[in-house]
Amino acid sequence: MVDGTIHQPFSHSAIRHQPLAFEMLHKFAKFLAACTVLLILAGSLVTSHDAGLSVPDWPTSYGWNMFTFPPSMWVANIFYEHGHRLIASSVGFLTIVLAGWLWIAEPRRWLRWFGVAALGAVIAQGVLGGLTVKYFLPPAVSTAHAGLAEIFFCMTVAIALFTSPGWNTRAPNASRNQPDSVVDDSSLRALATATTVAIFCQILVGATMRHTGAGLAIPDFPLMFGHLVPDHWNAAIALHFTHRAGALVVAAMVLMTSIAIWLKHTDRVELGQPALLLIIFIIVQATLGALTVLSRRDPWINSLHVVGGAIVLTTSLVISLRTWRAKFDRIEPLRRDRARSAQSAFDSPVRPAGGDPQAARIPANLDVDLGTTAQRGGA
Amino acid sequence: MRLRNAWVFGAALAVSVAACGGGQDKSSTAAAPAGAPAGQKVDTATAGTVQGAVALDGTAPKNEPIKMNADPVCVRENKTPQFQETYTVGSDGKSLANVFVYVKDGLGNYVYDPPTGSATIDQKECRYHPHVFGMRVGQTLDIINSDPTLHNIHALPKNNAEFNTGQPIQGMKTTHVFTTKEIMVPFKCDVHGWMNAYVGVLDHPYYAVTKDDGKFQLKDLPPGTYTIEAWHEKLGAQTQSVTLGASETKDVNFSFKPAAATTTN
Repeated sequence: MVDGTIHQPFSHSAIRHQPLAFEMLHKFAKFLAACTVLLILAGSLVTSHDAGLSVPDWPTSYGWNMFTFPPSMWVANIFYEHGHRLIASSVGFLTIVLAGWLWIAEPRRWLRWFGVAALGAVIAQGVLGGLTVKYFLPPAVSTAHAGLAEIFFCMTVAIALFTSPGWNTRAPNASRNQPDSVVDDSSLRALATATTVAIFCQILVGATMRHTGAGLAIPDFPLMFGHLVPDHWNAAIALHFTHRAGALVVAAMVLMTSIAIWLKHTDRVELGQPALLLIIFIIVQATLGALTVLSRRDPWINSLHVVGGAIVLTTSLVISLRTWRAKFDRIEPLRRDRARSAQSAFDSPVRPAGGDPQAARIPANLDVDLGTTAQRGGA
Repeated sequence: MRLRNAWVFGAALAVSVAACGGGQDKSSTAAAPAGAPAGQKVDTATAGTVQGAVALDGTAPKNEPIKMNADPVCVRENKTPQFQETYTVGSDGKSLANVFVYVKDGLGNYVYDPPTGSATIDQKECRYHPHVFGMRVGQTLDIINSDPTLHNIHALPKNNAEFNTGQPIQGMKTTHVFTTKEIMVPFKCDVHGWMNAYVGVLDHPYYAVTKDDGKFQLKDLPPGTYTIEAWHEKLGAQTQSVTLGASETKDVNFSFKPAAATTTN
């Protein structure tokens, strides 16, 4: 009981009393997310250059330890595959650091475990990567590798969001008329979430298309074999067609979400800005998709299309999570009670050894500690 | 009485089994040419030859240029512009090289001496040598890296086991044995995307690969009626039937149209 009592006040007060440390944590989470973008680019370059088996062994590289494989041997396609492995290892290491950091410093238990889940995801991703090499790129495993990459990227972006000042204090640039509120719009929540899920499904279809060699199954654009709809079919054509049709569905959903935000929450910059970005990204992404076909799958254009998909997904995810922000508030009372009980225990003669009692004191309003708006209610 | 009936039944069963044999043997025997009982070796005294040439009916398409600048060693090893070997023709512009010609059907159950020596594929100047070749089931394939750079040799068979072997050091040699006949097994180097080769794996010795003159010879064929197939990596495969008498030599010629990349049987 004493341990828990000590732990709760320290962790609950951490954000308020150690803002610099938490800012560092947030910046580190953002850095990891940025590195994950680089990792996705590296991975897509491997597939685009058909370099997945250019290093035939795993986890070694031509018999060398991965980290001692001489750079002079990083020739031709080995550069992409080995580079991908090194960046992946670095991202794995950074994820260990982030998970550890969250575990030590983060007051929200669910977020601590979320960090552990991200670590589990990156480990599983590494194993899947190894299996793709060991089993000669089976499409199911390669597609799962691509899908889990997106999930892991989403997790890193979510952690960056959850540790951001905007999430933990009031929403940045919130409405002047509603300075203390977060958006609680169930229809927008449903629409934004559905859009994010649709984007993820679209990415999975794209990954399947890519890893089954169906990327040019329909060789022309915007028409399909000279028609609006293909005049003949096979599995590859059907898959490719699904990806093109899916792009239209996703674009429509993105447009609906953005319009809903602009119409109903005009002054909510934390939603309006990513909505605008999402529209821009989806236009860029559609252009890259068209250029991928027209350039006969130029490796760099194709790879940027993959990265574009990931960025569209996470932008939509940020919007979705912000629409769910109010739901995070609603679990507050239960935790508040728990924390208050911790506070009363803290107020007992027991003190943390070497701890700063002032820093350990729980504020009357526990919003910060509970992942809610810090400045609300005159706190 | 019962015991005698059992003996009679058993003997009848044994005769039936011996007469029928396995399903595999029965069908094979039916497919064998006349005078080729199962397990017999080819009589070279009566054997003949099928020979001919493979030509291109039209102008050879241009081969894709290869950019080797991703690996400085490959650039250094190749001073002149490099092209794929997809369409390799002789000086007449018609004779087609790198066509794998083999007896596809009609051999029955002859047995052949095991292959002597090994087949070889060499990675030299960032190319496979040879580009198209044949070998026997059970024969050893020597895979050599003569280049001062890394290669991986990645076989993509459908009937045999896939393998991918790294050869980072110049002079490395590894071996592989194919266990099932297969037309054709592609090889690729995943490091140098332009490197590709094909091997035909057969359970008999009647195969050849055309050179620049487009010619081939299938020697020591026993009399019989055969299906001869000519396979090209881009133009597909063509088959022809030929009946060979004792000690005969028959000509079989193939002609591929550059635009037709289809398989005809």
